[in-house]
Amino acid sequence: MGAGWLAAPMERHGRAAATSASSAREPVPGGPDGRRREPLRRRANSASAPAVGASASASPSAEGVRRDRPGSYSGATSASRQRVESLKKKRPLFPWFGLDIGGTLVKLVYFEPKDITAEEEEEEVESLKSIRKYLTSNVAYGSTGIRDVHLELKDLTLCGRKGNLHFIRFPTHDMPAFIQMGRDKNFSSLHTVFCATGGGAYKFEQDFLTIGDLQLCKLDELDCLIKGILYIDSVGFNGRSQCYYFENPADCEKCQKLPFDLKNPYPLLLVNIGSGVSILAVYSKDNYKRVTGTSLGGGTFFGLCCLLTGCTTFEEALEMASRGDSTKVDKLVRDIYGGDYERFGLPGWAVASSFGNMMSKEKREAVSKEDLARATLITITNNIGSIARMCALNENINQVVFVGNFLRINTIAMRLLAYALDYWSKGQLKALFSEHEGYFGAVGALLELLKIP
Amino acid sequence: MAECGASGSGSSGDSLDKSITLPPDEIFRNLENAKRFAIDIGGSLTKLAYYSTVQHKVAKVRSFDHSGKDTEQDHEPPYEISVQEEVTARLHFVKFENTYIEACLDFIKDHLVNTETKVIQATGGGAYKFKDLIEEKLQLKVDKEDVMTCLIKGCNFVLKNIPHEAFVYQKDSDPEFRFQTNHPNIFPYLLVNIGSGVSIVKVETEDRFEWIGGSSIGGGTFWGLGALLTKTKKFDELLQLASRGQHTNVDMLVQDIYGGAHETLGLSGNLIASSFGKSATADQEFSKEDMAKSLLHMISNDIGQLACLYARLHCLDRVYFGGFFIRGHPVTMRTITYSINFFSKGEVQALFLRHEGYLGAIGAFLKGAEQDNPNQYSWGENYAGSSGLMSSSPELCPTQRARSGTFDLLEMDRLERPLVNLPLLLDPSSYVPDTVDLTDDALARKYWLTCFEEALDGVVKRAVASQPGSVDAAERAEKFRQKYWNKLQTLRHQPFAYGTLTVRSLLDTREHCLNEFNFPDPYSKVKQKDNGVALKCFQRVVSALDALDWEERQLALVKGLLAGNVFDWGAKAVSDVLESDPQFGFEEAKKKLQERPWLVDSYGKWLQRLKGPPHKCALIFADNSGVDVILGVFPFVRELLSRGTEVILACNSGPALNDVTYSESLIVAERIAAMDPVIHSALREERLLLVQTGSSSPCLDLSRLDKGLAVLVRERGADLVVIEGMGRAVHTNYHAALCCESLKLAVIKNSWLAERLGGQLFSVIFKYEVPAE
Repeated sequence: MGAGWLAAPMERHGRAAATSASSAREPVPGGPDGRRREPLRRRANSASAPAVGASASASPSAEGVRRDRPGSYSGATSASRQRVESLKKKRPLFPWFGLDIGGTLVKLVYFEPKDITAEEEEEEVESLKSIRKYLTSNVAYGSTGIRDVHLELKDLTLCGRKGNLHFIRFPTHDMPAFIQMGRDKNFSSLHTVFCATGGGAYKFEQDFLTIGDLQLCKLDELDCLIKGILYIDSVGFNGRSQCYYFENPADCEKCQKLPFDLKNPYPLLLVNIGSGVSILAVYSKDNYKRVTGTSLGGGTFFGLCCLLTGCTTFEEALEMASRGDSTKVDKLVRDIYGGDYERFGLPGWAVASSFGNMMSKEKREAVSKEDLARATLITITNNIGSIARMCALNENINQVVFVGNFLRINTIAMRLLAYALDYWSKGQLKALFSEHEGYFGAVGALLELLKIP
Repeated sequence: MAECGASGSGSSGDSLDKSITLPPDEIFRNLENAKRFAIDIGGSLTKLAYYSTVQHKVAKVRSFDHSGKDTEQDHEPPYEISVQEEVTARLHFVKFENTYIEACLDFIKDHLVNTETKVIQATGGGAYKFKDLIEEKLQLKVDKEDVMTCLIKGCNFVLKNIPHEAFVYQKDSDPEFRFQTNHPNIFPYLLVNIGSGVSIVKVETEDRFEWIGGSSIGGGTFWGLGALLTKTKKFDELLQLASRGQHTNVDMLVQDIYGGAHETLGLSGNLIASSFGKSATADQEFSKEDMAKSLLHMISNDIGQLACLYARLHCLDRVYFGGFFIRGHPVTMRTITYSINFFSKGEVQALFLRHEGYLGAIGAFLKGAEQDNPNQYSWGENYAGSSGLMSSSPELCPTQRARSGTFDLLEMDRLERPLVNLPLLLDPSSYVPDTVDLTDDALARKYWLTCFEEALDGVVKRAVASQPGSVDAAERAEKFRQKYWNKLQTLRHQPFAYGTLTVRSLLDTREHCLNEFNFPDPYSKVKQKDNGVALKCFQRVVSALDALDWEERQLALVKGLLAGNVFDWGAKAVSDVLESDPQFGFEEAKKKLQERPWLVDSYGKWLQRLKGPPHKCALIFADNSGVDVILGVFPFVRELLSRGTEVILACNSGPALNDVTYSESLIVAERIAAMDPVIHSALREERLLLVQTGSSSPCLDLSRLDKGLAVLVRERGADLVVIEGMGRAVHTNYHAALCCESLKLAVIKNSWLAERLGGQLFSVIFKYEVPAE
């Protein structure tokens, strides 16, 4: 595991661990009593129906979640005005988080209220304030947690509150440290609900409960994803367009990133590239299906890069790829046919065999790590493009939105997807991208917390 | 087999070893008559195709010229037999490692004497690389052919001409291969060729095909990326590594992401969420085996997924897989099959081809031979000359590794006449000729293999006896024994070597082996004698039948058909009797027959039918020479003719055991016509037609019949099919469903089979079937 995502809490780690044995069972002073915890459990249970990326139909669980909305349970013990206010407006208590625990990355969105009155601030419990200050005043947490400042959505109105939406990510293997922090910061005393999606919501549920004394509200990841995308697209990106595409993607000089108005979103093919890939056909807000998925995703790119080049971070892998030449590694159509393969209308530049040149010892010895990183990136990206294109054809959909953290700072992949889709579909398919590429699941989880439809 | 001194590997195809010695009559057979060549040079294997002619001795029958003679002598045979040389066309295919290419070219050059061709069609990635070498060695101009075009031509050819060409692969079952019956219409289909990349081609007709897609993640990716990850250079070794690895150590599974919750969620935790997802860490070492396995899964799954997507988009459910990634490797067939099943939810089957490795060479050859119209002919796999499919599973075939350094052969005989489906088959696509699948039925397999082994001595003896004037008959017969014995042993261990193993394939293999050593018709003299004896009895039998009242006569006719059927040299129980007592008579045979009710007895229904209106036209497949055809079939034919039913009498084109051949049937009919006015006028008025089946097998495949026969059946509107004999009506076609009335009759002359069917030796099968309305 890395150094943990929060430096400060990590320092207190030892102390916290020393008391963990008792605190796991005994209510923390000022913590929730049994009465209030009970409905929480029930709600969590109701959300435990199949609801994952790999399952074909995910709707049953979504129903379960909707029936028992967060915030509809809270019988307050300490009658703070904020709470009463919140309850009147059917608003959950602060802090407002949405969590998406993927195979590689945890995505966290945090709503920072900016309209806190002096009165409110006065009454704000210490732990809540400390969380707010900590998250909003830092851009990095520990050695692995990062706030994507450039993605921050400003002056957003959510449930009648104005504030900023923050986007934070850290590796899934640091999840234990995160839970520990929650414990150290005494999250459980806030009676907050943690709405979480992604496979990790299941995997870490028990840890949240036993270590952090926190009950997770588990949400279907595809529901959240779609909800998040539609919402974020609707609020835009601080006045700019959320959705964009590439014009002349293959031309270094002329390539332009241009805004795209997703005013007619349906039908839409949604390709979510995380560690693996899920492909959804979306026909309306509540009508979608998972078409297929592939295990060749971001995790494959990064995993293979680690093995082939010894790199240690995604950024490093991409940086190497940007300097490499994949044509030394791949066998192109022209390497086999001397030019285009006219019989089948294949252009000479097309890759005939990914890593095909690496069958030869001489060529293996002649390639650099950068070339290998580039070839890995091209291979995975082309394959995703190809599968997405086939799904679009089968589903008769012509706009394809690519999201997921594989695309983060990954212009090479995005431009390649844009070009490949356009070329092989003869201009019939359009590749679209979204600024908040990897955070939609987390946003969807937050929306569930706030009962925003 | 081939002794190859060089233990060379395919890794560096340039280092040629000339020290190998090739036994010419084993490998490049029949080269001196080679007319045309084609070559397919792949990454590691070369496939050479050549078209050659084979001189065969054939037994011809000819009527004596009776002019100037009033009466024939009693001792005189009914016709004369002469052995003639016949030239038939054969396609040879030889597959060997690229390492041997130079040595092979030298060998070919030395033995190439009769060719007039100036060019050699070449295809495959290596065609370019070896162009100069080929041109220099063979003095033939290399004519490069498009790889995919060749592949598809070859694929069409094998799908059309080789029964049981396609199979599905079933892991952990014995045998692993499940062969498919040939669909009468092979189009449209999807061919997924996994070479270094993947090409997905939709084939719609013989000449129309379209590249509909592909993927760069293919065999080259497995090999190239595998070599980088594991430092293992050879493809085969990578596959071996993969077969020992645990991909779960490298791949991120659903259960890794979901923890234990996948179970309560109803998810398969073993699904791969992210290939190589666990390797995204700097501080862990991964084993070569695990990485190779993960890579294999990644690539196979990806190809399977794309293939399913393309199949769905184009509404195709037949998907054939080929290319070096697949080529007989159980590991890749297994993972591809798994992937296809997973992604198509069972709607698409992954099909593989027995002769997948030869497709390019076959196609290149066909391209060059277009003026000979090879596609107008039907071709048949020669079981004697072909190596057959080997299991490369180490448990099933431990010698496979050693064998990969040798040579693999395929021979296809050009058949005299094109073969088509019998138009009367109820559902040609589901017709399976054979009653018992010996690949499946281990007990039956053991029995029949032993049975054929035990009968071998007798066959050898008969072969020698059939050529009393030949000095080398004994020597050739011994070679035949060796060859067939070896085939039987191969089939014991690899029953799937030539597709589905059946009694028919065992019989056919024996015929092919006999032909190979120039025993074209060991029974010619026996048949001649039997026919002579039977002809003498014809009039007496017919008069006796005519004396009976109608109902008695119908039963007597059927009994006659059955009794004639006892005279069958093919069945061991009978050949014993016949061998010891050649005077075994027709009447005695009738006595041997089971009393009614027979084992299968729908005679009552048949008799009832005969009381109704006559059939329009009956198609009768005759069985044995002598008593069977002359005293059994002809009186039956005569009765049908008298009822106003036209008759098509179909006999084998070539000899098989003592079965009556077409040319023999012509003479027999002519002789009977001379004695019998009914037959005489029917022949003259073409109400009785003699045709050939196109087959030289003691069994009957109704999906491969002479085109002329099929045309006639359609023209005459045949509404009754009569199939007689154990080979045609029990070993094959017992369950065949026709769209008209059918009569299947046989005497079970094999006690094991009789017991299996719940009867005894000489039990009678009389199966009269009327199709459901």
